[in-house]
Amino acid sequence: MPNAIDPHAAIVTEAGGLDQGGTLRTADGQPLKAALARSSRRARRRAFLLVLPLLLFVLLTFVLPIGQMLQRSVKNDGFSANMPQISAWFAANPRGTPPDEAAWAALAGDLQAAAEARTIGVVGTRVNYDMPGTRSLFTSAGRQIRRGIEPPYREALLAMDEDWADPKLWSVMREASSAYTANFYLAALDRTRDDAGNIVQAPEQQRIYVTLFQRTFWLSLVITATTFLLGFPIAHLLATLPMRKSNLLMILVLLPFWTSLLVRTTAWMVLLQQQGVVNDILVWLGVIGNNQRLQMIFNQTGTIIAMTHILLPFMILPLYSVMRTINPSYVRAARSLGATSWTAFRRIYFPQTLPGLGAGALLVFILAVGYYITPALVGGSSGQLISNLIAMHMTQTLNWSMAAALATLLLVGVLILYWVYDRLVGIDNLKLG
Amino acid sequence: MKRLLILTTALCGLGFAAQAQNKEVNVVSWGGAYERSQVEAYNIPFAKQTGIKVNMIAADNPATPLKAQVEAGNITGDVFDIEVSDAIRLCDEGALVEIDPATLPPAPDGTPAAEDFIPGALQDCAVANIFWGTVIAYDKTKFPDNPPTTAADFFDLEKFPGKRGLPKNPKRTLYLALIADGVAPDQIYETLDTPEGVDRAFAKLDSIKDSVVWWEAGAQPVQLLADGEVTMATGYNGRFFDAMVGEGKPFEIIWDGQYMDMDMFAIPKGSPNPEAALEYLKFATDTQRLADQAKYIAYGPARKSSAALVGLYQDGKTQMAPHMPTSEEHMKTAVMDDPEFWADHSAELAERFNAWLAAN
Repeated sequence: MPNAIDPHAAIVTEAGGLDQGGTLRTADGQPLKAALARSSRRARRRAFLLVLPLLLFVLLTFVLPIGQMLQRSVKNDGFSANMPQISAWFAANPRGTPPDEAAWAALAGDLQAAAEARTIGVVGTRVNYDMPGTRSLFTSAGRQIRRGIEPPYREALLAMDEDWADPKLWSVMREASSAYTANFYLAALDRTRDDAGNIVQAPEQQRIYVTLFQRTFWLSLVITATTFLLGFPIAHLLATLPMRKSNLLMILVLLPFWTSLLVRTTAWMVLLQQQGVVNDILVWLGVIGNNQRLQMIFNQTGTIIAMTHILLPFMILPLYSVMRTINPSYVRAARSLGATSWTAFRRIYFPQTLPGLGAGALLVFILAVGYYITPALVGGSSGQLISNLIAMHMTQTLNWSMAAALATLLLVGVLILYWVYDRLVGIDNLKLG
Repeated sequence: MKRLLILTTALCGLGFAAQAQNKEVNVVSWGGAYERSQVEAYNIPFAKQTGIKVNMIAADNPATPLKAQVEAGNITGDVFDIEVSDAIRLCDEGALVEIDPATLPPAPDGTPAAEDFIPGALQDCAVANIFWGTVIAYDKTKFPDNPPTTAADFFDLEKFPGKRGLPKNPKRTLYLALIADGVAPDQIYETLDTPEGVDRAFAKLDSIKDSVVWWEAGAQPVQLLADGEVTMATGYNGRFFDAMVGEGKPFEIIWDGQYMDMDMFAIPKGSPNPEAALEYLKFATDTQRLADQAKYIAYGPARKSSAALVGLYQDGKTQMAPHMPTSEEHMKTAVMDDPEFWADHSAELAERFNAWLAAN
């Protein structure tokens, strides 16, 4: 019987005219289906083994570290792991319970143990994240407690520093007594918690991250647009010029691409600074006076110019590879049917370049969002991006949880944009080469 | 085939044996001219005297790899050259080996190390090797008649026109604003500890905000001055010294209101060569070695007894003593780095500072 579900099987069976029991067999008498399945299974296994090294490499060097970093943004057991007694007290008593002598005893016991184990600094650092200025409270208490502490503990601790009775401190310690917290995300969105644990906006002079996220996405958009405006004609020229000339032009495009990023950034500093080449030429030409030199670097303008230049090849190359495959006879046909050159470009040529444009725009935008060294060097005060603050938390304040929270938000932002792009344009339309 | 296998195995074994005999120590430091000065003054004589090989590893800020290595539980460095705030923080976190001052070599005249080091230079887990200053430098050709002399002049755009170079961080800008605003050097941290004091510092910075070029890397202020992009900048005194003496640039340093920092040697717990590390630390912070380093870079030795031994720069004619941030004259109005204060407030002030920068 031909298989009703698989029409091809039916055709093959009937065409072969071998309807004996309904199955095809190989020369050694096995069912063809099973033999095929076995051999394709083997092929799949071989293919999998071939990509296995790459898979492991990506897992070990990319997925694992990023996963660990993301975990840091919600997990910080600096307090809970080193202060077990007071953490247990917080767990047993609801918010709002005033600290009793048992709580003070637990606190003193934990402080003593942490001071002995030299982990008091970790505890102080964790609390300091949520309440600046308290790290020294813990470390100095630790130094004194190492010499011994006697009950009543409340009075003993208050004698060391009156800040131990601060209700805000107790509220922050309660927050920190669980290893998992959303506070780093709150801080990354310029929010904080008041004494009662409600989420409120951070004080105005402390708000920075939301502004920088907005600026990062806005500047990345501007940079993507300028790379498109500058790159599109070049890519078109590359795709249409005769081979010899286009090869030369290609080298000119690729040459800066191979040059070190730092060299290119410093070159822009030499060109654009107030005593730089461009200003000198303008003064020499008499366009501007010597005391009217333009400020073109160490601000947003500098960031946009330098990053546009550095990211330009990422726009040109995908556009070029797509444009080269566009058949010129379509545009010719449109012209011969009466379209103006503008209409032919707009309705025939441009839509065909969209896959390359999409790929280029996505590449440039994602690279720009995470850019660090160029804005750090030429950004001044107004051209800083969020990545500069992530770097600051990684290397200066050593608050890796905060850096992880900011990085996660950035990653999520990019993924959302990617999803929107997929919805609007479709990721299958992307063409990198 | 078998013979070959035996031969290679034997050779491998020999290699391992040789390695086990040759002790070594991995020192993580800051790179550049500073690293070269350490190689010349510490590493070469140390290797000659003890036979222990010193591997120098450069980092942007050695505290960052140190923290990463401690977190990962895989410590590869033996001695780290870190700033005092990081030394205290990491010591409190239990990451560093405690160092007993009594085991450090005394001064040549027999003064014990605990008294020979400048106050603050000996911490529980770290020993300072040099003091360095963040100072103001200006271009002499821009102010030929009436040169600036004080921190207040840095903020006086009327009398001393031109742009200013400042580092893009709160630690080395807020103190300068307060000094220029008339706060005494020993009142800086008390003032910064109050909200009004922080406001006062930012208000003073506001007065020159539009004329500031912010720098990020230590080489930048020198470059900005040399290019004429700014007329005054704050930067690290060793870098300015290099430009002035080494390259003959027409710069002058204002020592008023210098910010003094220490670089310290620390040994992490669980380092691969703890004994060699301790030996290196003791050797590198003795009187002669610290004095020798001044021959290669204009940073001040952390021992009082070294000052008398500081001689000529490597060019053979420049006296180094007047260029030391630790000279008595320069210490008068100096602000010492306060690691406790910055451990408490660096994150908070960094956020405020960046918010202030971003607001236009």
